[in-house]
This record gives sequence, structure tokens and C-alpha cells, in this order.
Amino acid sequence: MKPIALAVFCAALPTLAAADVSVTDPWARASILASRPGAAYLTLESDIADRLTALETPAAGHVMLHDTVTDTNGVSRMNHIEALDLTPGTPVTFAPGGMHLMLMDLTGKLEEGSTFPLTLTFENAGEITVEVPVLSVTATGPGNAE
Amino acid sequence: MNQTSNGYGLSRIRRGLWALTGVAAVALGAAFLWQAQTPADLPAPRVTGEAAITNAYTLTDHTGRSVTADSFDGQWQLVFFGFTHCPDICPTTLAYMAQVMDALGPKSAQVTPIFVTVDPARDTRDVMAAYVEAFHPRMVGLTGTEAQIAEAAGNFRVWYERAEDTTAPNGYTMAHSGHIYVMAPDGGFVDVWLEGDAPAETFANNLSNLIQTTGSSS
Repeated sequence: MKPIALAVFCAALPTLAAADVSVTDPWARASILASRPGAAYLTLESDIADRLTALETPAAGHVMLHDTVTDTNGVSRMNHIEALDLTPGTPVTFAPGGMHLMLMDLTGKLEEGSTFPLTLTFENAGEITVEVPVLSVTATGPGNAE
Repeated sequence: MNQTSNGYGLSRIRRGLWALTGVAAVALGAAFLWQAQTPADLPAPRVTGEAAITNAYTLTDHTGRSVTADSFDGQWQLVFFGFTHCPDICPTTLAYMAQVMDALGPKSAQVTPIFVTVDPARDTRDVMAAYVEAFHPRMVGLTGTEAQIAEAAGNFRVWYERAEDTTAPNGYTMAHSGHIYVMAPDGGFVDVWLEGDAPAETFANNLSNLIQTTGSSS
């Protein structure tokens, strides 16, 4: 039985490797007041259809997926997204003025230069934890910390 | 008809009425003539929101000083309405304004970036002070009573609304227009931008040209 189990496991390996979500360019904007919600951004890409169902970090009481929608009159509203579907080959980029992770009930100010862990839970890929660097309050992207 | 004093009075009234009728007839004729000479297919006058934007308010700045729009006379002003519980678009726009200031170089001394809260209940003077100081040393934060904010936003034709949201801090968030208003040193409205319309450098170049051609004081 053992060799069979091993064979099954080996056969499953490529599938496991394929069911992979990459989380790249995470960053958060330094917060000015701990009493105000913070924002974090990143890029997600999956090899298979997957769904982001939960987010967790010790830096905040809870994390919410938000989309900022600006209409033709320039009016901005925030939409709460319960779960985010990932389509293979289509990266989802969170960026200022668009989708963002809203960090509510911060446990402390997000200080520029520090990092905090963020755990993302996917239906297929499971849990992925990334370190999120905190950039300056005037940062607008992962590359240019002002 | 009788030449009594009363009759004289009546005829004077009658003359007056005839005169009025004459004036009305001339006016009506003129209006008719004007209408007749105006081609019917002329486009209707277009009223844009921009024309109606007025730089007028009485608010409290982040140092506790009572200010009006006149307090910034002689300075170019970049005015943005937002709130500090807004995690994305507001800090992004304020960061953009700070980048514009930096890109302006020495000319930034002629520009005051102004952040007006639409959430005065939570954005007190202290909160505004911490906020604007984090973005740019020249940035001014303005708050006030609900009525003062409503008046300021109304004058700028800024739309905002409290949106109840049980998942948001304190159970509400604010929807608001995210424009940056460019006001001239004489307080007049010049232009409106949205963060994301163009890189901060482009905004700064445009503003720099305006300062160059118009001068800093009226």
C-alpha cells in the first residue's frame, strides 16, 4: 500500500504546485493616527480559479476588501467586497484609488519602515502569509516610496 | 371728466396708466422683435458647474485660527474636500497634492494646499493638525461646524453624503467628490483636477506655468 500512496502523492504534486496563488508587491501606507483605518495594497495572481475568502493580520482588528468607485461626477464611494474571485492568468492589482485592503481597528500606528504579516486565505491555495512593508504616507505605489 | 379736484386726480392716474401701458407695449414689442431676430436653433446657454464655484467659507484651521477664504488671498490654493477615516482616496489625493508641492520647487511658497473635512464630527482640529502635518508642512486643514462645512462645500459645488455602513468605524462612511480645486491668488476659480488625471509632475508644470504667466498677487 505504501508505494501506491507515494505514487498518488507524487502524481498529485504537480497539481498542488499548480494550485498556486502568488502574492506580490505588498505595501501599506504609513498611518497618521492609529484611530483611523489604514490601507494596504498588493497584486494577486492564480494559476487556477480561486477565491480569496479571508484576510488576517496582527496589525489590525480586521481587514476588509474594498473597492473605491469614482463615478463620472468625480464622486467616490467605497464598496465592500465579501470574497474576491481569481481567474487564472488575470492578475488582480490593488492600488490607490481602486481596490484596497482596509485595515480596521489598528493595534498601533503603521510606522514607516516597519513591516507586518498578512495572512490571506484562499479556497484552493489555502493560507498564504506575506510580510507587508509600511511605506511613507505620501507613497503611491510599491516601487516609489516617495 | 368733471374738472373737480377728484376728476383731475383721476385723469392723472389715467395718464399714468396709459404711459405704463405704452412702456409695456414697447417692452413687449422689443421682446418680440428680439425673439424674432434670434434664430430658434441657437444652442441654449450652457451653465457649467465650474462657473458657479465660489471660494467662500468661514472655518477653523488646524492651528485653531478662524479663517475665511480671504485669509489665503495672494496665494494660489489647491482645495480638496475629504475625511480622515477614508483610507484610500483621501490620503492618496493628499499625497498627490504633497507631490505637486514638492515638484513645484521654490514656487511652492506661492501655493497653499488646503484639506477641508466633510466629516467635522470626527475630524476635530487636533485630528486635522496631525493629518495635514504628516503630508506637507504648508498644508492647511480646515474643519468647522456641520453648517459651516455644508456652506463651504455648497460654495465649491462639492457633493458629499453620510452613508450608513455597519462595517465602517462608528457605523458610517462618507461618499464625496474627490476633486482638487485650483484657486487663483484673487480667490477666483481656475481649474479642477482629479488625482489620477495626470502625474503630479504634469499638474505641477501646469500650475507652475499659471504662476509664471499670472503672477502670484493680483
